[in-house]
Amino acid sequence: MNRKIRLTVNGTARAVEIPTYRTLLDCLRNDLGLTGSKEGCGVGVCGACTVLLDGKMISSCIALAVSADGHEITTIEGLAGDERLHPVQQAFIDAGGFQCGICTPGQVVSAKALLDAIPNPSDAEIREWMLGNLCRCTGYYKIIESIRAAAQPSRA
Amino acid sequence: MNAFEYAAPRTLDEALAVLGEHGDEARVIAGGTALVTMMRQRLVRPSYLVSLREIAGLDRIEAANGGLRLGALATHREVETSPRVRERLPVLAETFRRVASVRIRHMATVGGALAHADPNQDPPVTLIALGARVEIRGASGRRELPLEEFFRDYYESALEPGEVVTGVVVPSLPAASGAAYVKFLPRTADDYATVAVAATVSLEPDGERCRTARIALGSVGVTPIRARAAEALLAGQRVGADLLRAAGESVRGAVDPLSDHRGSAAYKREMAAVMAGRALTQAWDAARASVRGTR
Repeated sequence: MNRKIRLTVNGTARAVEIPTYRTLLDCLRNDLGLTGSKEGCGVGVCGACTVLLDGKMISSCIALAVSADGHEITTIEGLAGDERLHPVQQAFIDAGGFQCGICTPGQVVSAKALLDAIPNPSDAEIREWMLGNLCRCTGYYKIIESIRAAAQPSRA
Repeated sequence: MNAFEYAAPRTLDEALAVLGEHGDEARVIAGGTALVTMMRQRLVRPSYLVSLREIAGLDRIEAANGGLRLGALATHREVETSPRVRERLPVLAETFRRVASVRIRHMATVGGALAHADPNQDPPVTLIALGARVEIRGASGRRELPLEEFFRDYYESALEPGEVVTGVVVPSLPAASGAAYVKFLPRTADDYATVAVAATVSLEPDGERCRTARIALGSVGVTPIRARAAEALLAGQRVGADLLRAAGESVRGAVDPLSDHRGSAAYKREMAAVMAGRALTQAWDAARASVRGTR
């Protein structure tokens, strides 16, 4: 019960043949070699597998790859330009927004989605948006500071 | 996950035909947040999945008979942020905002959540308090029933094999009304409720007495529960703090909570009474404020 699907991943058209039960996360990691997105909880709670589907953040661990057929996916690998990091990535480095790093791809993708939706979010908006991205090192203050820094127009 | 066939038809009729052909072996998938999680945990092993995602128009949020109609494929996030919902029924937008995280709300759909029939969900509680009706389509046609009759048992709905939820119709509140949703969750903000209560209160034209009240509770039984005894205590009465508290207390008789890691059954029953009192008080205050606002 394999299916051939077509995805646009980080701006590049990709065709891949997968079993119907393949999650989008496994498809990205194992079939397309994009191992930036991580599997944490596997049930949509922790946010480590966050990617954008047509610009909206989703949990790729509970999305079927076949359901994404014909759609656009953005992963952590698609954020940086050739020469420079995405402003959110740079802000996480400058403000120390990560510790062990496992949750970081999901945090950064979620933060990018936040700034796409709300360019200058309040702290309350940052907290509400990011509450689905867990950091077991508990570095939440630095993550919020990083997002605040990325949102400042002077840094963009 | 088990192996399965997957179809993503473009029309509802086509989807119903595929479902009819495969009977109990087939499951409908929309956002997938509930079904894929259950499949990953091997709680369900369907041999056929029929996706509704490619059917145009099922995700509409529209005005209907003075109220609202939420299409089955509208996401929680779309309901939460819809200007139409926020303007007409802010309590409904607020209720959808309390579900899980923004990320899950981008995926989970209105109809999928209802068909899942999980008694711990937020939206059914408020939808029942608002008097919503669920729209169902099957091979033999269309039917509609009050949402409170849709939930039959733990994860069991009134859907027959081959039927799908196509939408939910929510009447608007009469003038001089108030509504509230109270979600009690002592753990994290994205958790299911320990106890959830929604209440609506409509006043008599004099603005002093309660004409009707509706109250529904979640996470305190195998289905969402409507507390009719509490509603009857308030109907026609001049309402004060004591009566609101008494109405809240009366939900003890309506609920039948399960003990789990969110609390013992006895604790949830206590909290149901407290939270019902609070929800009714908020709805009453909102109704009174709406009267003052128009005079």
